[in-house]
Amino acid sequence: MGIENLEHSSLQHLWWFICSLVGALFLFMNFVQGGQTLIWQVAKTEEEAGLVVNSLGRKWELGFTTLVLFGGALFAAFPLFYSTSFGGAYWVWILILFTFVLQAVSYEYRKQPNNILGAKTFELFLFINGSVGILLVGAAVGTFYTGSNFQLSMYNFVTWEHPLHGLEAAFSLFNLSLGLFLVLNARTLGAMYLVNNIDFTTVPELEGRLRRSCWISFLCSLPFLGYVLISLLLMQGFGVNEQGIVEMVSYKYLLNLLANPWLILMLVAGLLLVIMGNLRTAKTTTNRSGIWFAGLGTVLVGLVVLLLPAFNNTAFYPSKFDLQSSLTIYNASSSLITLQVMTYVALGIPFVLAYIIYAWWQMNKKKIGVDDIVY
Amino acid sequence: MIENVDIGMVNWARAQFALTALYHWIFVPLTLGITWMIAFYHTIYVRTGSQEWKNLTQFWMKLLAINFVIGVATGIILEFEFGTNWSNYSWMVGDIFGAPLAIEGIFAFFLEATFFAVMFFGWDRVSKGFHLFSTWMVAIGSNMSAIWILIANAWMQNPVGHEFNPDTSRFEMQSFAEVVFNPVAISKFTHTTSASMVFAALFIIAVSSFYLLKKRHIKMAKRSIMVASFFGLIASVMVGFTGDESAFEVAQKQPMKLAAFEGLYKGEIGADLVLIGLLNPNKKPGDDQDPFIFEISAPGMLSLLANRSFDSFVPGIDDLVFGNPEQGIMGAAEKIAYGKIALEQLEIYKKAKKAGEEEVAAAALVKFDANKEFFGYGFLDKPEDIVPPVSTVFNSFHIMVMLGGMFPVFFLVYLVFSIRGTLEGKWWLLLPGTVMVFLGLAAHWAGWTVAEVGRQPWAIQGLFPVDVARTNLDVATVKTTFFMFATVFTILIVSATSIMLKQISIGPKEK
Repeated sequence: MGIENLEHSSLQHLWWFICSLVGALFLFMNFVQGGQTLIWQVAKTEEEAGLVVNSLGRKWELGFTTLVLFGGALFAAFPLFYSTSFGGAYWVWILILFTFVLQAVSYEYRKQPNNILGAKTFELFLFINGSVGILLVGAAVGTFYTGSNFQLSMYNFVTWEHPLHGLEAAFSLFNLSLGLFLVLNARTLGAMYLVNNIDFTTVPELEGRLRRSCWISFLCSLPFLGYVLISLLLMQGFGVNEQGIVEMVSYKYLLNLLANPWLILMLVAGLLLVIMGNLRTAKTTTNRSGIWFAGLGTVLVGLVVLLLPAFNNTAFYPSKFDLQSSLTIYNASSSLITLQVMTYVALGIPFVLAYIIYAWWQMNKKKIGVDDIVY
Repeated sequence: MIENVDIGMVNWARAQFALTALYHWIFVPLTLGITWMIAFYHTIYVRTGSQEWKNLTQFWMKLLAINFVIGVATGIILEFEFGTNWSNYSWMVGDIFGAPLAIEGIFAFFLEATFFAVMFFGWDRVSKGFHLFSTWMVAIGSNMSAIWILIANAWMQNPVGHEFNPDTSRFEMQSFAEVVFNPVAISKFTHTTSASMVFAALFIIAVSSFYLLKKRHIKMAKRSIMVASFFGLIASVMVGFTGDESAFEVAQKQPMKLAAFEGLYKGEIGADLVLIGLLNPNKKPGDDQDPFIFEISAPGMLSLLANRSFDSFVPGIDDLVFGNPEQGIMGAAEKIAYGKIALEQLEIYKKAKKAGEEEVAAAALVKFDANKEFFGYGFLDKPEDIVPPVSTVFNSFHIMVMLGGMFPVFFLVYLVFSIRGTLEGKWWLLLPGTVMVFLGLAAHWAGWTVAEVGRQPWAIQGLFPVDVARTNLDVATVKTTFFMFATVFTILIVSATSIMLKQISIGPKEK
C-alpha cells in the first residue's frame, strides 16, 4: 500500500509516532545534559574535567539537533500544537531554549583563551542546561497529562489564561516529579556514557566516582519514577467521546495502556532495560555497556510517555481552562497533503540514522584519553 | 478575527526577530562560505600530504568552530520564535511553512551536526578519506540548510501552491513541488549562497592581510588569499547576476517592494533606475512633492531590470495604493473593501457551521470564495498601509548594490597581485583588505533589510499582515525576552569576538 492510499487518520497516528520517537531519542541524548551536571561532582582535577567535557563535547550537537528536529517535526505535522504551546506556554519554552543557547557555546568557549567569562562560568552554563533545562522539559511534557490553561478562538488563535504563561506547569507535583525523574535519569545516562567513552588509564578514580554517582542518581530517581507511574495509572484523563467532545475520564491512561498491550510491553521492557543498564554500570567494575541498555530503555519508556496521552481517543494537549479547546492528533494536525509529503520525506530518516550510527562508531572506536583533550 | 491589536507588542516581537536574525546572520554566511573553502584546503592537504596545508586547514577550522556555535545558538531561537512570538502565523501557515523547516532538520542539520564532530575531532581518529568526506559533508549540510530555510522564506515573499481552508481557518498546501520550485526560492538561494561565499572570502582575506602586514605566517596567508580571492571573484560576479534575477522576481511578485527599492512613486513607461539619491523625508503617497532632494538616474534601466524591456511600465507606490485603471492596477482601497467582505463572510460561515445552519453557511461560503483573493487586505485599515518604510528599503537597497559592485574589483586586484606574488608590502591594499569584511557584513544586513522590511506590512505577501501574525502576549513579556536575548547574545558575541581575535593573534601552527 502506497503512502497516497493512507487515510488522514493513519498519517496522523504515524506522525505522532514519529514525533514521539524523535522526542524519545532526545531523552536518550539527554545523557549529554546529565553528564554536564556531573562535571563538578565527579571531576576532581582539571584533567578529569577536561576528559568529561571533551567526551560529552563530541555528542552535544546531536542532542541539540534532535531537539530542533522535534520542534520542526511538530511544526510541520501538528502546527496547532506548535502555535498553542510555544505561543501560550511562553515562559517555559523560552527558558528551555535559553538554557540550550548557553549550552551551544559552552563546550567550544570554555577553555579558549580570552573567553571573557572564564571556564567556571561556562561550566555553570552547562550545569544550568543539564538541570533547569531538562527539569522544564519534563514539566512541559507533564502537561500532556495534567493539562494547561488556554483557550482557542474560533480561528484557533491561542489565549493563555494563566499569568505565568506556562511556568505554572513547574508547580504541579506530577510535572515536577516527571522533570526531576528526567534530570536524574539523564545523570545516570551521562555517567554510563562517560564510563563507556573515557579511557581511564591515567584517571582510575574518575571511573569509580562515575559508577557511584550513576547508582546514587538511579536510587534518587526511583521515588519520582514511582510517583509518576502510580499517578499515571490512577489519574483522570482527557478523553474524546464519539461526538468529538472532550471530557474527563477516570483511569483514562490506565485504560489506554490496557487498550494497547504493546505499550505495556514497551513500558515494562524499557524499565527493565533501564534497571539493567544501571546495574551493569554501578554493580560491576569492568562492564561498560550500561549506556546501551539504559539508553534503549529510556527510548522505550519515553515513547510510551509520549504515545499514551495521544492514542485511543485522548487529547494529547488538554486545556483545563476550556476542555473543548484541547488538542487531539486529529484537530491539531497538518492537512492530508502535507502529511503525505512529510511521510515521503520520512523515508529518508533510516538513511540519516545509518550515517549517524556509522560516524558514532568511527569516532568511538578509540576511547577518549588525555591526548584527545581539545577544549 | 482579531481585535485590539497591540502594536507595541508587535513591534517588540519584530525587533526581537530582527535582532536574532541580524546576530544569526553574522555567523551563518561565514559558515556557508568558509566550509567550502575549508573543504578545498582539506582536499589539497589529503592530495599532497603537505603539513603546511594541514596547518592551514586546521587553522580555518578552528575559526569556523568559534563562529559555528554562535550560529547554532541564535538559530534555535529563530526557529522557535515562530511559535513563541508569532503563534497566529504558525497556525495560519504552519501547514506549508513547517515542512521545509522539518526537512531542514532531518536532512541538513543532522548532516552538519554528525560530520562537524568528525571534521573537528577526527584528525588521527578516523581514516583520512572519511575525514575529508566529513568536511565536505559539513559544507554540503550547511548549504542544504540554506536551501530549505530560503524555500520557507521565499514562500513568505511569493506564496504559491496553497489554498485557504475556511473550515480549519488556515492556508493549506496544495502542491509541494510549487513550494519547492518557487522561482523566488531559486533566485534567493543562488543570491544568498554566492553572497555568503563573498563574505567568507572577505573574512579569509582580512585575516591573511593582517598576517602579511605583520609579516607573520606569510606562506599560509598567501595561499589562503590566492584561493579566497579566486573564489571571491567568481562568487561576487555571480552575486551580480543572481541579484539581477532576484530584482526581476521582486518586480513580478512584489511590485510595491520594487517601487520602494527605487523610491518610485509615480509609475512610468521607460522608468529610470536611481543610481544614487537622497529621498525627500516629507514625501507621502499621493502628494505632489518630488520624492528626491537629488538623484542621479540611468534612463529606462528600471524598466529593463523589472520587465526585461526598456519601454515597459513599472508601477509606482501611488499606482499600487490608489490604483491605475489605465494600466489595469486595482487600488488598495478596493482590495481592502473586498478583503473585509471575505473576513465578514468567513465569520458568518464559521458561526453558521457551529450552529448547524447549513444554508447560511453555504451562502456565506460562496461570498467568501468570491472575495478570498483579497482576504489579507481585510485586516488593513487604509490604502497607505500597504506601503513599507520607503527610506529604509531605498537606502538599504542602494548600500547593498553599491557594496556589491565594489567587491569584484577588490577581489580582482587581490587576485592579480596574488598571481604575480607581489602582495607583500602593498599596505595600501592590505590595510583596506583587513576591514573590507565589515563592509561585506553591511551588504548582507542591508540585503536582508531590503528583503524583510520591503515585504511589510505583510508576514505573507498579500495574504497575512504582520500585526495579525503575532502571539496574544502583553508588551512587557515580549520586551523582557527581547532584552534577555539582546543581553545574552551580546555577551556571547563579545566573547566569540575576543576568542577569535586571540586565535588570530596566535595564528596557525608553523610546523
